[in-house]
Amino acid sequence: MKRFGLLLLMLMALGGVAHAVEPAERLADPALEARARAIGSELRCLVCQNESIEDSNADLAHDLRVLLRQRIAAGDSDQQAIDFIVQRYGQFVLLKPRLEPATYALWFGPPAVLVLAMIAIALNLRRRRDQAEARPAPLDDAERQRLAKLLSEES
Amino acid sequence: MKRALYLLPAILFLLLAGYFALALRSGRDPSLLPSALIDKPAPDFALAGFDGAPGLSLTALKGQVALVNFFASWCVPCRAEQPLLMRLADQEHVPVYGIAYKDKPADTKHFLDQLGDPYRQIGLDESGRTAIDFGVYGVPETYLIDKSGHIRFRFVGPITAEALERELLPRLKQLGAS
Repeated sequence: MKRFGLLLLMLMALGGVAHAVEPAERLADPALEARARAIGSELRCLVCQNESIEDSNADLAHDLRVLLRQRIAAGDSDQQAIDFIVQRYGQFVLLKPRLEPATYALWFGPPAVLVLAMIAIALNLRRRRDQAEARPAPLDDAERQRLAKLLSEES
Repeated sequence: MKRALYLLPAILFLLLAGYFALALRSGRDPSLLPSALIDKPAPDFALAGFDGAPGLSLTALKGQVALVNFFASWCVPCRAEQPLLMRLADQEHVPVYGIAYKDKPADTKHFLDQLGDPYRQIGLDESGRTAIDFGVYGVPETYLIDKSGHIRFRFVGPITAEALERELLPRLKQLGAS
């Protein structure tokens, strides 16, 4: 049982580092390979649509990894390499959408809702506090007499 | 004023429900992606020909409204759409060009012998590089290219009889295909 647990732990640890990148795909230069990996992990695999091409085992992801490495090795900048893929597959390949007018709602929508909600809560709290602080006006003479009369009736 | 405020959640709910209903009833499959190349010039390519035929390149397509169909013998949905491509080529007289995606020529031949060959010409894309230039993410995919060589429409997945009537033929007619 203990041995099984150990094996399971080892397998789990392996899962953490496992990339879909095969040894044959890697670039010889570790710096270039690191760049390719960083770019690839920001690009969506179009077959599975929820994994990066670095993580996906799909055939197309493999092809795109190889292509990406070719571009990097040929001297493309990061931006050029990304643009090369985006030209073909559109902005959907970017796991992190670009900041531009078409994506403003996406980027600023949630913070805007948060700010609006905070304003609404602040206004509400202030109103409640004002209500709690507001004291009734002191009793005038007629009221005081009526109160005294009521109290005397009680006793 | 207060009463209107109480109605707000109901109104928000109706708006949201309406939006969901629209999205559900449109029948659009959100996993099908729009092409990045719509209304852009088709990427240049030059592929080896099939079975001794001359190679297929972009220049062969110029000057006509044509369909470019990426297919493979190992692709099951491609089998389903082959009769419709035959219909397009034979009855509608649309020039259909085939690009065999990552396929062995022998397998392609077997596939065409079995299901019919609707293609005016076939290019072999064994590496899949031309497919990547077109933005193909799974076979079959069909591209509609106009006379000036611009991509006007992409259909992802097997062409169905319904898709042919509703999506392909009207566009072909609009572009003035013969």
